[in-house]
Amino acid sequence: MGAMLEISTLHYLVLGAALFLLGVIGVLTRRNVVIVLMSIELILNAVNLNLVAFSRYWQGIHGATALHGQVFAIFVITDAAAEAAVGLGILIAFFRNKETVNVDEVNLLKW
Amino acid sequence: MHDLIQYIQSYLDSDRTPGGAGNILWATVYILLVFVGLSIAVIAMNWLERKILAHMQVRLGPMRVGPHGLLQPIADAIKLLLKEDIIPEGADKVIFWIAPFIVVLAAFTVFVVVPFGPTHAITDMNIGILFMLGVSSLSVLGIVTAGWASNSHYPLIGALRSSAQMVSYEVAMGLAVVSAILMTSFSEQGGTLSMIDIVRRQQEQGVWFLFKFFPLGIIAFGIFAIAMVAETNRAPFDLPEAESELTAGFHTEYSGFRWSLFFLAEYSAMIAVSSIAVTLWLGGWLRPFPNLLSGNTWELAFSLVPGISFLFLAAMCFYNTARMPKHPLFKIQTAGLAGFGAVLGLIGLLLFWTPLRVRVGDIFWFSAKVAGFMYLYIWYRGTFPRYRFDQLMKVGWKVLLPTGLGLLILTAAVGMRVELWQQLQEVLHNL
Amino acid sequence: MNPSVTNPPVATAFFFYLLAATMIIGGILVITRKNAVHSAMALITALLAQAGLYLMLYAPFVAGVQIILYAGGIMVLFLFVIMLISIERTMKERQFNKQWLVGITAAAVLGGLFITVYTTVTRTASGKESTLFPSGNRVAYVDAQNTQGIAMLLFDRGAGTYMFAFEIASLLLLVAIIGAVVMAKKRI
Repeated sequence: MGAMLEISTLHYLVLGAALFLLGVIGVLTRRNVVIVLMSIELILNAVNLNLVAFSRYWQGIHGATALHGQVFAIFVITDAAAEAAVGLGILIAFFRNKETVNVDEVNLLKW
Repeated sequence: MHDLIQYIQSYLDSDRTPGGAGNILWATVYILLVFVGLSIAVIAMNWLERKILAHMQVRLGPMRVGPHGLLQPIADAIKLLLKEDIIPEGADKVIFWIAPFIVVLAAFTVFVVVPFGPTHAITDMNIGILFMLGVSSLSVLGIVTAGWASNSHYPLIGALRSSAQMVSYEVAMGLAVVSAILMTSFSEQGGTLSMIDIVRRQQEQGVWFLFKFFPLGIIAFGIFAIAMVAETNRAPFDLPEAESELTAGFHTEYSGFRWSLFFLAEYSAMIAVSSIAVTLWLGGWLRPFPNLLSGNTWELAFSLVPGISFLFLAAMCFYNTARMPKHPLFKIQTAGLAGFGAVLGLIGLLLFWTPLRVRVGDIFWFSAKVAGFMYLYIWYRGTFPRYRFDQLMKVGWKVLLPTGLGLLILTAAVGMRVELWQQLQEVLHNL
Repeated sequence: MNPSVTNPPVATAFFFYLLAATMIIGGILVITRKNAVHSAMALITALLAQAGLYLMLYAPFVAGVQIILYAGGIMVLFLFVIMLISIERTMKERQFNKQWLVGITAAAVLGGLFITVYTTVTRTASGKESTLFPSGNRVAYVDAQNTQGIAMLLFDRGAGTYMFAFEIASLLLLVAIIGAVVMAKKRI
């Protein structure tokens, strides 16, 4: 119980892993494209949590200005914004053609 | 009892905000004070808006409920609380219920970092201004979900228009804020995002950022002043909630208590963005001319202003008491107005007492400047015609955004003119 | 090199478990709700809890960026798109894939891999045991240095190691804007 109360880096990493698993399950099992995109955002957030947790761990070793993990997390957030915009644009273009938002109905090339 | 006063005094003499000192008790007290103050401000705004708008339109406004309509907001609140709570059929109940709370949450959480004085803030975050801009952008979510959850097309169109407008003007607001933050970096201690430190930089540089680099500060302030009116969906940018256009927009289907939550959030958001404008450009809690008119006599004179202004309000109340009709049915109203005047006079006299005078001065100047902005909001509503939606978006993207960008570049160039000149001379020398 | 903790934060374990529970419950609601708007609201709650966790990790600037960009920008975009495509019909259809069992098995295997990595106790040559991430090394929170530190890494001429990445990121955003506009137009 004492080990559970002292919050260490491992706590954040386990939380990140759990969120990553939830995101992966969402991507692999849902049919609605928007929910798949939201699960991808969950995955990116789990990665960001790992990066910032490690940045704090790194600060303990290299001093208070070793903020590389946080800078990387900011770049990941920027990247997620760009990807969400383009992904939703593709979704709108596809919806205009086929009037559905289910991933497994995108099967025009299926043999 | 003496120990309690000692404890309170020893706390009030500290030089950190309660959040900075990690003091939970005082932080809670400050949070309650801000909450109560904000509620009183919203009630006062309701009355002031109706009276001032009425006087601008050459009529009288509410006069019946209390003396000169002073109890009108309370009557409105009671009416709203007693109204029937209607939920449209086919509306998504969970989202319909959550949406007003998101907007109120976003509008009230912003006040955690608003600086009423050098230590009179709930906390002083390192990223103060970033926090305020971010949390006030969460209210867009509440509006979009409110419009969608109503299951009816007027609210949906109103919500989409309103959120498109808010998102566009947030960009212009952000650019104006960045050029003000850039001006803080021209002190010796470097730039900062913390609200209290922004006002301290203005104090050290000896000039309010409104007047710094002469037209640049005013143009940045102008961009922010226009964008903040559009951000809070007020006239002349209130197409999404105008009654003649969209039958009250995204809050059409809300009645009673839920509508009053939207209304509360709208006024709180107005006060919040006005506080940002006052802190960034108008010198926050600093009294006018802190460096030009310095010295003990000027300090004394300016510190008497809060008390004098309350006494002036009390004098106006008494004058209007004398002008009340002498009919026996008006006795209670006359007595009420005289009582209100007496309370204001008492507060004014209390503000002459030295310990209170010194501590409340900062809060008074900050509140006075924000009150000036509130008057401007009401003035705009009474004066300007409404923008059409495409004109609104055109102003936001094609006028304010390029002006903001150009202003940012010019502010940086003028601020770094010495270094830029040296670099230019080096380059020319090496050619 | 190891400054001690000067001002220990208040009730760390309580807030960590509260925020972690909010995130996990939000995540589960995202992947299991039928209504896409409910998923979006759950994701917003999870993102705000994540901002709280960043504050606990002494990263206030990243927390601010998360609130502005993720919760205030990306999720508004998601909500717009969800509202513009009709979802009443999709709520009556089947929600989960045909391959849902394979998907969950793959995720379970991944979970097993994570558990193995996090609980491996390795033994060094001198007989000492250590896990992968030893705890300790707490850093004192120096106020008013986080934003400036990030700015130094991004922009400073001497120590700035991420300037090139910053420029590439702005180029990426430009490409994303043009791409989104082209994708969503009716006629190019």
